[in-house]
Amino acid sequence: MFPRPIEQSSPALRIGYQLLLPFMLLVWLIPLLAVMFFSIKSGEDFTQGNYWGIGEGGLQGFANYWMVFTESDMPRYLWNSVVITVPTMLGAVALSCMTGFALGVYRFKGNLLIFFMFVAGNFVPFQILMVPVRDLTDQMGLYDTRMGLILFHIAFQTGFCTLFMRNFIRALPRELIEAARVEGVSEYRIFWYVVLPLMRPAIAALCVLIFTFIWNDFFWAVVLTQSPESQPVTAGITAFNAQFRAMYHLMSAGSIVAAIPPVAMFFLMQKHFIAGLTLGAVK
Amino acid sequence: MASVTTDTPMHSSPAPRRKISQQAIAPWLFLLPAFIFFATYVLYPIIQSFYISLYEWNGLYSPQYRGIDGFTDQQCLDLGNRAGREPGCELTGDTVWNAEYVGMENYRNLYTDPFFWTSLKNNVIWLLLYFLAIPAGLMISLFLNQKVVGMRLYKSLFFFPFVLSQVVVGLVFSWFMLPGADEGLLNVILGWFGAGPVNILGNNSTATYGIIAAGLWPQTAYCMILYLTGLNAVDPEQIEAARLDGAKGPKMLWYVVLPQLWPATFIAIVVTVIGALRSFDLITIMTNGGPGFYNTSVLAFYMYDVALSEFGFRMGYGSAIAVILFLIMMVYIAGFLWKMWRDEKV
Repeated sequence: MFPRPIEQSSPALRIGYQLLLPFMLLVWLIPLLAVMFFSIKSGEDFTQGNYWGIGEGGLQGFANYWMVFTESDMPRYLWNSVVITVPTMLGAVALSCMTGFALGVYRFKGNLLIFFMFVAGNFVPFQILMVPVRDLTDQMGLYDTRMGLILFHIAFQTGFCTLFMRNFIRALPRELIEAARVEGVSEYRIFWYVVLPLMRPAIAALCVLIFTFIWNDFFWAVVLTQSPESQPVTAGITAFNAQFRAMYHLMSAGSIVAAIPPVAMFFLMQKHFIAGLTLGAVK
Repeated sequence: MASVTTDTPMHSSPAPRRKISQQAIAPWLFLLPAFIFFATYVLYPIIQSFYISLYEWNGLYSPQYRGIDGFTDQQCLDLGNRAGREPGCELTGDTVWNAEYVGMENYRNLYTDPFFWTSLKNNVIWLLLYFLAIPAGLMISLFLNQKVVGMRLYKSLFFFPFVLSQVVVGLVFSWFMLPGADEGLLNVILGWFGAGPVNILGNNSTATYGIIAAGLWPQTAYCMILYLTGLNAVDPEQIEAARLDGAKGPKMLWYVVLPQLWPATFIAIVVTVIGALRSFDLITIMTNGGPGFYNTSVLAFYMYDVALSEFGFRMGYGSAIAVILFLIMMVYIAGFLWKMWRDEKV
């Protein structure tokens, strides 16, 4: 283990380390803590220029959050994000289970080429797709709809998911599949009854990752949608910004609300989330 | 053919042959749905962008007319939009792409466009400074690689910024850097030391660095988690052996630990480069390209702004910028694929 375990060092160093930890964390998260403080302050303080003190308005508690939910389009943006994120997650994971199976199990000409195509597609800059995808979405009558975003996200995320799934399936014991073939099980049934159940951890990891990626997406949200009826929360919050300019207490509360779902997802599914992100970091 | 083989009541060869053909077809059937999606939304648009970059196009289509009463279709086409008012032409309900072919002109214009060069320069600054996330992430991971009470929670909280949307990160940092002496927390803290106040985002020479600092926050968290995972897998016997030989501290890190962390470093480099070149959200949220004209712009931002801004929709010009960005990115993608290909062979 590197560095040397702290329990092997002197008591002074050990205590010092234990004290340093929360201090470093505080420094690391200080911008965020500031926003949390903003989000429970009163509006008057900001109009009077009292950013850091607690004036006559006192602390608001959840009142600012309540206002965000009752007096803005925030609930609608949040709902749009859910409606966009969940089907994308399911669609991309379903498609990539199939591609991962095809590319991980079968040997055929062009296997590696197709695999690389998905991988490369996953890394291209969004801007090279922007004009044609916006135009295509418009032509299909899906501009400024949630469906327009869902379809694009499924297609694009399939690249990353394929990379992930194919490597995962590659690491499964091949004997299982060979044995099923000897038994005369059809390829479709091998996929459904043999491989798919083994893919559960990979599916879980991908679901959390895709949820976070799509929930946090901003670029495609502004390119493919423009109205509160279809915009997800990341794009909505900029409209919110225009509505509540310099009302830092409401903006802060709104930002925190927008951040909660992926954060909750991360803390609930931490193991899978990290396993997904660090794929390949350990050889 | 298939029915013939399955109906044959023989015990010998037909069954395996059926299996082989099924094995030959199955991968393609499994690939088909994803391929259709991917080709429509990723592969074909890349080609289209190259094509559109040779045109001057405002993103619109114009209505098409059909000739009647002695007017030919060609005459109506030549009349263009005015044709609607000509008696001899009738609206067909179709629309046509009204882009004009300009060849390499968009690229030539880029060459003399100062905003393009500012954006490219900023891209280079992003790329260089973003690499700080890698040593910073390594340092934090070394700091946290201990087994004390509550360590799991500390690790998750240090990773926390990565889970936030870049939009939220951008907002958080723009408030952190608010210019007044007692507005942004940064200036409040500087005030304690008798320094400041500074207006980082409102100043041409510092704004880009302010945005990059915001971007480094989640990126460092990501690199940290990569290294923490990597450190878990470092061989303890090698460490012990090196300790017996008297290696410790930086020497141990450099000669024994870092080589074993190479896979983590490689992924950190890949995600950092991609993250730096994709930077768009933070710039839009924190400065919207300003202060002034495009002082904090990068290619990704400039392309978007040119193609979809209030100053007019210049899809062709935007696509030319996108093509340049794509070609830059392709260098890295090709390198990544090359390494993957080498790894596959062994």
